[in-house]
Amino acid sequence: MTAAPTARSESPGEGAARGALALNGVTRRFGDYTAVDNVSFEVGPGELLALVGASGSGKTTTLRIAAGYESPDSGTVMLGGKDITRVPPEKRGFGMVFQHYALFPHMPVEANVAFGLEARGVNKVDRLVKARAALANVGLEGAGPRPIQSLSGGEQQRVALARALVIEPRALLLDEPLSNLDPTLRHAMRDDLRSMLHRVGVPALFVTHDQEDAFAVADRIALLKKGKLLQSGTPEELYNAPVSREVAAFIGRGSIVPAEDKGNKARVTIGGVFRDVDVIRPKGAPSQFESAFVVLRPDALELARGASIFAWRGRVTNRRFAGGVVVYRVQLSDGVVVDVESISAEAHEDDAVSVSPLKGPFPLVP
Amino acid sequence: MKSLRQNSWLIAFPVIALLLWSVIYPNAAVIAGSFENGLGHWREFINSPADREALRTSIVISVASVFASLAIGVPLAFLLGRFEFPGRRLLRAVATLPAALPPLVGVIAFLFLYGESGVVTRALQRLFGMAEAPWRLQGVGAIVFVHAYTMYVYVFLFVSAGLERFDATLDEAASGLGASTWKRLRRVTLPLLGPAVAGSALLVFMNALGSFSAPYVFGGGLRVLSTQILASKTNGAMGLAYVETTVLALSAVAGLALFRWLDRKRKYTLASKGGRARRAIRSRRAQIITSAFAAIIVVALVLPHLMVVLVSFARDGSWTTQVLPPEYTLENYKRLFSESELWRPITNSVSMALIATAANLVVCFLAAYLIVFRRFTGRRLLELLIALPWAIPATAIALGLAATFNRNELATARILLVGTFWILPLAYFIRDIPLVASAVESSLRQMDASLEDAARGLGASWLMTMRRVILPAARPGLIAGGLLAAVTAVGEFVASVVLYTHSNRPISMEILAQLRALAFGTAAAYSVLLIFLVLLMTLAARSFEERLA
Repeated sequence: MTAAPTARSESPGEGAARGALALNGVTRRFGDYTAVDNVSFEVGPGELLALVGASGSGKTTTLRIAAGYESPDSGTVMLGGKDITRVPPEKRGFGMVFQHYALFPHMPVEANVAFGLEARGVNKVDRLVKARAALANVGLEGAGPRPIQSLSGGEQQRVALARALVIEPRALLLDEPLSNLDPTLRHAMRDDLRSMLHRVGVPALFVTHDQEDAFAVADRIALLKKGKLLQSGTPEELYNAPVSREVAAFIGRGSIVPAEDKGNKARVTIGGVFRDVDVIRPKGAPSQFESAFVVLRPDALELARGASIFAWRGRVTNRRFAGGVVVYRVQLSDGVVVDVESISAEAHEDDAVSVSPLKGPFPLVP
Repeated sequence: MKSLRQNSWLIAFPVIALLLWSVIYPNAAVIAGSFENGLGHWREFINSPADREALRTSIVISVASVFASLAIGVPLAFLLGRFEFPGRRLLRAVATLPAALPPLVGVIAFLFLYGESGVVTRALQRLFGMAEAPWRLQGVGAIVFVHAYTMYVYVFLFVSAGLERFDATLDEAASGLGASTWKRLRRVTLPLLGPAVAGSALLVFMNALGSFSAPYVFGGGLRVLSTQILASKTNGAMGLAYVETTVLALSAVAGLALFRWLDRKRKYTLASKGGRARRAIRSRRAQIITSAFAAIIVVALVLPHLMVVLVSFARDGSWTTQVLPPEYTLENYKRLFSESELWRPITNSVSMALIATAANLVVCFLAAYLIVFRRFTGRRLLELLIALPWAIPATAIALGLAATFNRNELATARILLVGTFWILPLAYFIRDIPLVASAVESSLRQMDASLEDAARGLGASWLMTMRRVILPAARPGLIAGGLLAAVTAVGEFVASVVLYTHSNRPISMEILAQLRALAFGTAAAYSVLLIFLVLLMTLAARSFEERLA
């Protein structure tokens, strides 16, 4: 009757459970609109991959394809080397945490957590024991009999996680798991989530529009835009060596200014003043770009009051205290606007200032 | 299970087939029947002065009922929704009372009160020493009077709900911009309440058009379409009855289309929870006037119920020319419970209502599930089938059944139901489809759609998902819709009068029979029992809901 025993027997033992989750060339169209366009990536066991993108980038559709709620028009979903593209969600044995948690409102906490075990035909006593252990695991001992409505947002999130974990999932999928939490709780949950997901040791895929969440939680990030995968790699790779202006604009703050590509260096000319800076090129990029851009990050620039012949000259248009540092927005010549972080410069709005690059290396993108 | 999850048609086919057979087929048979000798029956209809008059009267009564209901319902909703005064809670408690009265019972209560030999009529006649009754409860005026009493409740409920959702800040913004009370009412409040007013007006129109009991009892020589249909059928002029039925159904559809068209420009909804405090009436004089007015309304609303109870204790045949019945007895009730022929209608009504309701619950749950959760090609058709019985007057539905299920004929999918027990439960089932389906649908729409995904992801089979997730989400709608269906079915009159036989006669038909025999006490005792049954069902539904929650 229930689907679970069959799903279990298809993947005996730990071999399958340890497999990596991979999407190969997945495409999904809704009418004329291509929501997911030839996306491929792999998440290893114990690895945490964040699917990052603005709304409409196709990240949720990609997650739903991984979960089996959507079927791709082409491409495959693989788990441990086995094609599971056509396996329905109830037979995949994945744990999913929904954006609004999707806890069953008519069941107490315990029954919610035990639901997946019930579906697998686990007897009542074992169900209860396992559900309680799972709740203890997320720090909710004794919450079993409580109604869902009595839980705070953070507690609901933990219940949703316990419900996904108790079935010993072969992969974990999380849809915006942190977006419904208030900022304080959100920061605390990032660390909890990361350590909990690592402990489980299965591939974990989570969707977020917030790059800070992705940086804090994920081992690797896959950046999507308009259904296309722009770049995937560690947070450092995406920050330090973006492959395109689009990636550079989305990840981290910074201004993207045209530059002259000189191999290991690039020349940035603003208002007639040129500076040569060290650059880092994207992995596997050609040794010379026809047109190149340098990403000027706020923490890689320096600001001084007054004008200087060797620095880019400009005027402060906005000053914002960000705890420890002050972020100045500076209008340079040629219409270039940069943000500069500074701890010492005591400039004010409308002051004339000079901006010069610190050491670098600066990301260079085509 | 896998196929049920993936192939919507496996569930949709039986549901749609059943609805096509029970809702579309009989009505199509009526339309086809009206053309059985070409345009002959239609010519007969057009050339008959009686039928032309009936069509005109039906429409006049419906439109007048709408205005009368609006005239009572809108001010009452404002009074109760916006003002605080002594007696407000009591008035609020009884304001919806007329809706709890089965249609025929309301009509006979009015007969006992305001009829030629009614209590109020006679009291006034004595008081002023008049030789004749001051009025006769007959004709268009009498029918509209009864309609207004029973149907203003729709207007009151819709407008009250609209007022409750009304965003108080809109009103505050308008007054901040310098709009006077009257201007705010005219330019802000009333336009925003438009959809509520229009929705309830449509409901009154449809009910008044299909209304049967009031014209039947108070019509006197007056003809309306619904009574004409029964008369033609009784006279064996089936062809003419088909034409009359088609015309009645077309009038209803035309009314529906007209309201849609009038309401076409509205795209906004009242979404905010306004929560505006009621204003206390300060001036002493206004307070006294309001409370006195409220007291009069309360009495007017409660009187019919009290009257039915009082008459149920009157000895049959004793009440002739007196103001109040002179002799009281428990005899009427004793006879109901002891004589099997008198007890029969009660068991009939209860069992037929329960059968119809059970069928409604199953079919409407599946239909609502398909409409809310599935995307398949027949979805629009299903939505239409579910809503259709609402637009077709009950008399038309009944005549369709009479025209279709009058013989066993496998080739045309007809089975013989006329004259059997099963024809009435089928009629009740069809009438209550929109009621139950929309209740279940709104429950399911409130459910977070990702719950179904969550259950699947956790490995639940289709059956387990239905049982543990969908059904619990649908439960409030199933209970509320089921209760409404059972309550309307147990007191149903309009379809019953066309289709009943002696052996399956429901309570409403027995009340009518007793009335004809001038056994007012017995008729009233049945009415009280009917009200009691409605109350019992409501309590049962409530305790069921509480036990499960």
